Amino acid sequence: MTPRITPRGPVSEALLDALRAEPSDASGDAARFSQNAARALRAQPDLLTDEDLQLTLFVLYGLHYGETVDADDEWEWHPELLRTRRAIEREFERQLRRRVQLGELPEPDAEAVAAYLFDLTSDDGGPSLSRYLAKKATEEQAVEFVIHRSIYTRKEADPHSWAIPRLTGRPKAALVEVQADEYGGGRPERIHAEIFGRTMRELGLDDSYGAYIDHVPAITLASFTMMSMFGLNRSLRGAIVGHLAAFEMTSSIPNRFYGNGFRRLGHDDDVTWYYDEHVEADAVHEQIAGRDLAGGLAEQHPELLPDIVFGAAACLYVDGLAGQHLLESFEAGRSSLRRPLAVAA
Amino acid sequence: MTAHDEQPVIVACPDGPLLVRGHIDLTAPDGTPIEQHRRTVALCRCGVSTIKPFCDGSHKAVHFRTES
Repeated sequence: MTPRITPRGPVSEALLDALRAEPSDASGDAARFSQNAARALRAQPDLLTDEDLQLTLFVLYGLHYGETVDADDEWEWHPELLRTRRAIEREFERQLRRRVQLGELPEPDAEAVAAYLFDLTSDDGGPSLSRYLAKKATEEQAVEFVIHRSIYTRKEADPHSWAIPRLTGRPKAALVEVQADEYGGGRPERIHAEIFGRTMRELGLDDSYGAYIDHVPAITLASFTMMSMFGLNRSLRGAIVGHLAAFEMTSSIPNRFYGNGFRRLGHDDDVTWYYDEHVEADAVHEQIAGRDLAGGLAEQHPELLPDIVFGAAACLYVDGLAGQHLLESFEAGRSSLRRPLAVAA
Repeated sequence: MTAHDEQPVIVACPDGPLLVRGHIDLTAPDGTPIEQHRRTVALCRCGVSTIKPFCDGSHKAVHFRTES
């Protein structure tokens, strides 16, 4: 079952129209999609909050991931779609690089890179979504939090797996070591994305991929589309490696708070397993990702060091904005979703 | 796999846990096995983990340092 996706503007509308038909070089909708995207990009959109362009990226990446949009498989490599995706991606990357300031870089050796990344990702003590979840969130807010996270987490680890064949030696072994654990270490019931599906079902949610796509705002999509862009473009392999390191380094402690929040709300292990699992798993992964993956890649390819740091900083920046959106919505007593959930959820 | 490959390797992570790769027998003092959920585990050495003997990342919150 693929989700029904509602367009958010002329770009995503033309794309979804095109995908309903057989793939063809003569697709008028694909041409219209391309023109609409060019027009949208000329209007100087904020790519992180542009609903139409973020949904467009989400759908385009979905052609590669699968299970996202009901379309003929051949659309995945349609030249018009790829060309337009690159145009949007270049602007997305440009805006991210402009907003994420890099300070002085560490030496390109594994220990220095790991220490730098641990320092970069250390908690600044500011307001925190995880502490809010632990102490204050209502059941409705906790459910909204899960809905936002489902966009990435039901495909957990997949965006970073695109990078595996682009690496060699120590960083490759490190990435596979982390990903093997993400994918359950050979036990399908322990695949993290599946454990999260269980959490969703226990909360009364639909765990089929993208079931809540129409409810989540651009900033939530941006978190996922950014890592998909980093993962799918070999030129950004440094960024996807840095992204994973930062992601793992900011995971184990918040996940403990999330688990505590769901326990406070009266939920048992069926809901909290996902969070409890990540407390232990990501304390392992952050060591591997910081030292062997990011540090190992920097030693092999010092020229990728700026992108490794960029990927890490971009992860913190975008996920910070997404978290801030939830926190501000919750503290103001309003829904963080674009559309409220149907009562039946 | 050769016998050499099966030798566990323990990485003493600066300011962090002991990262254990390869098979080890992890037990309570009375010999009861402690279940390991993954191939590579991180063992707490800062003392503040809430899931001891495993690491939960808490060493970062308490600024644990391995070099004095």
